[in-house]
Formats: sequence, C-alpha cells, structure tokens
Amino acid sequence: MPFIPHTEDDVREMLDSLGAERVEQLFDEIPSDLRIRRLEGVPAGLSEQEIGRLMRERALGDRSPLSFLGAGAYEHHVPAAVWEIATRGEFYSAYTPYQAEASQGTLQLIYEYQSMVAALADMDVSNASLYDGASALAEAALMALRIQRKDTTRRILVPASLNPRYKSVLETICAPQSIEFHELARDDASGRIAGDALANAPDAAALVVAQPNFFGVLEDVDRLERFARERGMLLIGAVNPTSLALVKPPGRWGENGADIACGDGQPLGVPLSSGGPYFGFMTCRRAHVRQMPGRLVGRTRDADGREGFVLTLQAREQHIRRSKARSNICTNQGLAVTAATIYMTLLGPAGLRQVAAASHARTRSLVARLESQGLARRFSAPYFHEAALRLGTPAAPALERLLESTGIIGGYDLGRDEEALADCVLVCATETKTEADLDTYAAALDRAVDKAAVAARA
Amino acid sequence: MSEIPADLHFAETHEWVRELDDGTLELGISEHAQASLGDLVYVELPEVGAEVSAGEGLAVVESTKAASDVYSPVDGEIVAVNEALTDSPELVNQDSYGDGWLVRIKPADGGLPANLMDAGHYAAHIDSES
Repeated sequence: MPFIPHTEDDVREMLDSLGAERVEQLFDEIPSDLRIRRLEGVPAGLSEQEIGRLMRERALGDRSPLSFLGAGAYEHHVPAAVWEIATRGEFYSAYTPYQAEASQGTLQLIYEYQSMVAALADMDVSNASLYDGASALAEAALMALRIQRKDTTRRILVPASLNPRYKSVLETICAPQSIEFHELARDDASGRIAGDALANAPDAAALVVAQPNFFGVLEDVDRLERFARERGMLLIGAVNPTSLALVKPPGRWGENGADIACGDGQPLGVPLSSGGPYFGFMTCRRAHVRQMPGRLVGRTRDADGREGFVLTLQAREQHIRRSKARSNICTNQGLAVTAATIYMTLLGPAGLRQVAAASHARTRSLVARLESQGLARRFSAPYFHEAALRLGTPAAPALERLLESTGIIGGYDLGRDEEALADCVLVCATETKTEADLDTYAAALDRAVDKAAVAARA
Repeated sequence: MSEIPADLHFAETHEWVRELDDGTLELGISEHAQASLGDLVYVELPEVGAEVSAGEGLAVVESTKAASDVYSPVDGEIVAVNEALTDSPELVNQDSYGDGWLVRIKPADGGLPANLMDAGHYAAHIDSES
C-alpha cells in the first residue's frame, strides 16, 4: 500500500475548499496560551549525516559485551531469517495502515500473531499488541476496573516483587485515574508473595501476579488463582512469553485461569537494541474482550465467500469511540510484532520449548557454579531463567569492577531498588551462553568479588 | 416511517420513555435511531442499582461500525435492565418500542421531565434533522 505525502497543490486545494489561507489557521481555535511555541530542551534538527554518526557512536558505546543481564529484557538468539523477512518492503512499517482492510497481508500477519500468542498463553483472545510490557500491564489494570464496574474499589493488589519499572509505569498511567495499588510483601525466604500478605490483603478489583517475578522466582499460581477467585478479584498475569513454553500458561492457572494475561514480547525475536522498541502483548478471556484495548483482527468471508481479514470490534477503539475508547495510548508495535510472528513460526512450539528449557538449564548451571564458589541464592523458590545471588559484598562496585576488567555485564544490581538487597545480583543465562561463557563469568565474578571485598576492607 | 406509539415520550437524542404503572420509566431507543445505527451487535447496559443523571450516558448501543451513547432523560436509579439484549442485541432492531427496551429507571423526584416530546413533535424533530 503506497504512502504518498500531500503535494503543495493538494494542500492548496484543501485549504481553498476550507477558505483558509494557511495550515496554521486550522489551529486558531486553540487558545494561544495553550500553544507551545517551542519545546524546551529539544535540540534543533540534525542532518542525515549528523544523525547517522550520532547513532553509530551511541551504538558503539554498547560494545558487544558478554551479558548476564536480564531484569525484564532478555538476550535470545534471533534467527537471521527473522529480520531479513521483517524488513522486506511489504512488512517494513511500524504501523497498521489506516483503511486497514486494503492491506490484507498485514492483517493476516496480525491474525496469525494473535493466534500464536493466544495459544502460547492458553487464553481466548489476543489483541494486535501494545506499546510494551509495562504499559500493557497498566492497560490490564484499567481493563480490570472496567470489567468490575464497581466504583467503590479502585484498588489493585500488586506484588512487591513486580519489576520496579513496571511499578513506576503503573503509577504514571493509573494514579491520575485515582487507582490505588496495594503492595503484597514477599516472603523473604522463598521470594514468593507472602501468605500473610494475602491473608491481610484489603478488598481489591484485581490481583496482579508476575510469573516469574522480578527475582526470577516462580509463584504458586494455582494458590493465587484460588485466592483471587474466592475474594472476587480478577486475576491479571504479567508473564514472560518464553517461559510459557515450559511452565503452566496463565489460561490454566488454578481452576479458571487468569482473566487477563500480558507481558513484554521482546524475548520473541526482538533484539535488545539499547532498550527498545519492544512490544507488549495482551490476552484475555472471551467474556472480557469488549473491555480490551487495542486493535483486534478477525477472519471472515466477503460477499463472494472468499476468506479475508478485518479489524473487528472497532467500536472499542479511539477512531470510533474517541474519548470513550478503551484506551487512547494503545499503539501497536507492528514491526516488532512482525518479527515475533516470524520468530514463533520459525521455532514452532518445539523450538520455543527448547529455547525455554536451554535457558532454564544454563541458569541452573550458572547458579550451581556460583554456589560451589560460596555464593548463595537469595531466595529458595524455584526459578525460570534468572536468579538472585548474594555476593556477600555490595553488588554495585563488584559489577563495575567486573565490567571494567573483563567487559562482562555481570547482572543487575538489586540494591538499585532496595537497600536490603544491596549485596545481591540478579543473573540470567539464556541459550545464548555456552558452558565456556559460564566458566568465564564464574571465574571473573569470583575475582571481582574478592577484589571488591578487599577494597571494602582497606 | 413506521407508526410512532402515541403513549411514548421522546428525547432530542432519540431515546423513548414509557411511564409504567409503578411509577418507573422504561427507556429505549427510537425506531429512527435503530434504523440509523444499523444492525446492533452489542448493547452495554448499566448495573441494576446504578445512579444515573439527566443528560449522562447510561448505556451504549454498538453496531459494526459505530457506537452511540444512550442518555438518561432523568436523575434516578436503574431498577431493571433488559438482560435479553446481552445475547440478542438484535431485539432493539426488531422491536425497538417493545422487546428492545433497554432499562427501567426510578426517577429521583417522580414524574416525567418537561423537556421530552410527544410522538407528533418527535416526528417533526426527525424531519428537521434529515
């Protein structure tokens, strides 16, 4: 589908038919004190050459370190075919076109994506994706409140062990809508949501469960589903898509499964790229579909009986409902979703299970090495492909020393978010790490911790 | 144009209101409104017990390409909703003044608001809009 900008003649013609001289006049009704003449802090434009150089320099700054960092974004092998296909002219756009039905290929791709994600999560319906995992969770919170329709309880239970970045996005998006988040403390031994935190929890519209949680720990989801059901709360799962190939998907948690399941789709074929763009996925039960934000593609037949794809249930959306749309920030991430669809297609269910199993095995192998060197896991509950380890010395300087001396990114300093975990590092080893990499890391970390400990004593 | 029942009262926004014997008001959308919207695929109804205010949306009727708010003509409380519409929104298309009713409202201060039209004025209102 061509994207052709307006020519000067087009613009002139449209202005003439409106009786306007200049485009700016179309904005006259906006009071002048509400209009921003210039944006503070936004630098002037750069030429193509200048921006190209700036981006190259920034990219080089990342280097290509051996990385054991997870904490929300995960390094996986992306088959070369994924982006070779995704960047073909037919696919290479971040957007679903307006007049979407004229782009049957794009709609079919989204339909296939939705089918795969729904199957992976074992949920009824998936939308065409959202901006990222954190905003998908915020949308899930808003959606839960719409489903509950109870004006009295605008409270949502959130585990303290939720990714801190997700927590701040929840606050940013939901706090202005007077939604209150009640944190459920973790059990400090297991790393799971504490039993007494649940027992003493106030009434709420929904319970958020992160699986695995920020510390890589797998929650007892069946028990949490029973708790939510007995207390009349909706259950929202914030899940890692790779893990779903191995652990029980949210659609099968407990007796009824989750009501809404969402997460960040980055692990499915999207490179780390210095932090984005990624994409958020969102799925729900069929009964809740009208409260779901975002675009939804359906398969149908045209008047001649031929199969075709359409945007469906559009009355939820901003181009129909405007201010009453389910969401006005439900941008989908067309290009990242294209890559994820190709990634899932190439791997298939068996391939994805191999990736998940290999990542789990590598992390276990890494943890075993580090334990044999005297480090201890901070939490005892089972984990997927990430684990918190106690270094016995502040993590930040040890990680810095490790990076400086060996170029290895040794993990995530948990002291960044919580003083009590200042001696803990969150490590992740996916299928991209070899046994030799694990040896290199274990030896280098050992030295860095020793030196940091010596430096601390000095 | 089909016959507009003479016992109904109409709002400018194309809702009809029928006074029931128990003093509650039954509300739906007019034949003209359903015809303009086309085949309904979904009706979003309020909860029984919900408070409504005159001029505010209390329900949403949705066809394949449009969704329209249905406004309350009075302050009051929802005492019944037409549950049949959950599975059969087409009832609004088929029988907008009968089986396609949406909600029943108990008005806060009794009686019918003064700004509603009778059938004759409503017919003229439709003509003036077209």
